[in-house]
Amino acid sequence: MAQIRLPKNSRIKKGKTFKAPAGTNNIKRYSIYRYDPDSGENPRMDTYEVDRDRCGPMVLDALIKIKNEIDPTLTFRRSCREGVCGSCAMNIGGRTGGMNTLACTKAQDDIQGEVKIHPLPAMPVVKDLVPDMTHFYAQYASIQPWLKTDSPTPSKERLQSPEDREKLDGLYECILCACCSTACPSYWWNPDRYLGPAILLQARRWLADSRDEATGERLDYLQDSFKLYRCHTIMNCTDTCPKHLNPGKAIADIKKDIAEREA
Amino acid sequence: MNYRSPLSLARGRGSAHNGTAHWLAQRLTALALIPLGLAAAVLFFWVMRTGYYEVIALMHRPWVLLFAVLLVGVVFWHGYLGLRVVIEDYMPPGRAFVFVTLAKFLSIALALLGIIAALMVGFGSL
Repeated sequence: MAQIRLPKNSRIKKGKTFKAPAGTNNIKRYSIYRYDPDSGENPRMDTYEVDRDRCGPMVLDALIKIKNEIDPTLTFRRSCREGVCGSCAMNIGGRTGGMNTLACTKAQDDIQGEVKIHPLPAMPVVKDLVPDMTHFYAQYASIQPWLKTDSPTPSKERLQSPEDREKLDGLYECILCACCSTACPSYWWNPDRYLGPAILLQARRWLADSRDEATGERLDYLQDSFKLYRCHTIMNCTDTCPKHLNPGKAIADIKKDIAEREA
Repeated sequence: MNYRSPLSLARGRGSAHNGTAHWLAQRLTALALIPLGLAAAVLFFWVMRTGYYEVIALMHRPWVLLFAVLLVGVVFWHGYLGLRVVIEDYMPPGRAFVFVTLAKFLSIALALLGIIAALMVGFGSL
């Protein structure tokens, strides 16, 4: 049955505050979720005061500045710092509540007042802002995200018309940051069985590929009241996608494919 | 200790190849409920202002009787589909199965009750 409160050892406590040095003019405050499984302590929210005049524009710049200059124990993933790798996906927000997005493409000044940062929701936390993505990647593997063919391998490249190539637009750009899946209430309640918007968008990417020969087999795997039909078109996925893709539409297209196959 | 691989956990028991009929029925019954619901509202206000015998006479008209039977059937069908989604969303698999079966039985029983009642009025004496 659903739990109303978090388990005792998951409740968030108030943490430490790292004050900016005296004389700092332009202070941006960051409240960041901290959790260290080795310490045995509850998670806490630490507060950092960052000198905005000596910091780059993005939230990731502030995180790197905090790690470099204020608190080296702060742990987060990051790599490309330009919205291509998806590593720095986290829940970022101000007074009006957080939103899953990439720290590297989220401007600090777009957030009024204190910036609150949590790890992606509804995933096990490894440490601080680092979620355990094992199950998410396993679900990705389960849809067999590669070109499947039975025809003999051609001696040259597999041809695709420009029109067919266009059908992959809006699908191939997904960077698997998991912002959408972890924003989806259906995925929160049934992450073990529901594939979630990110994986379903990827599934659609292979269904839409004119070179793929396993469409029927792929639809067979998806046709399941939990794997696919847990989607209730809540559309948090599309609202939150940092790449401005539309997983909600991709899922609707899969449902349409299957319905048309039935008729 | 769980030694099952992440892929094994992700695949689970595979696909049940279901859900499509449910998804389609949910949308079709929702669409059907727009005209049925509007007609029911109009009829309701008419019944409020008229007498017992006029209503019985109205129920003897085949189209009105068909409408009443359809309304009851579609309402309970749509209600069952929605209830099932809520149960599946929030309950663990074993318990969900029990409650879905219960919801199905209750919905069918209540729908039959309503339909039989409508038919009894429709085919009864004036």
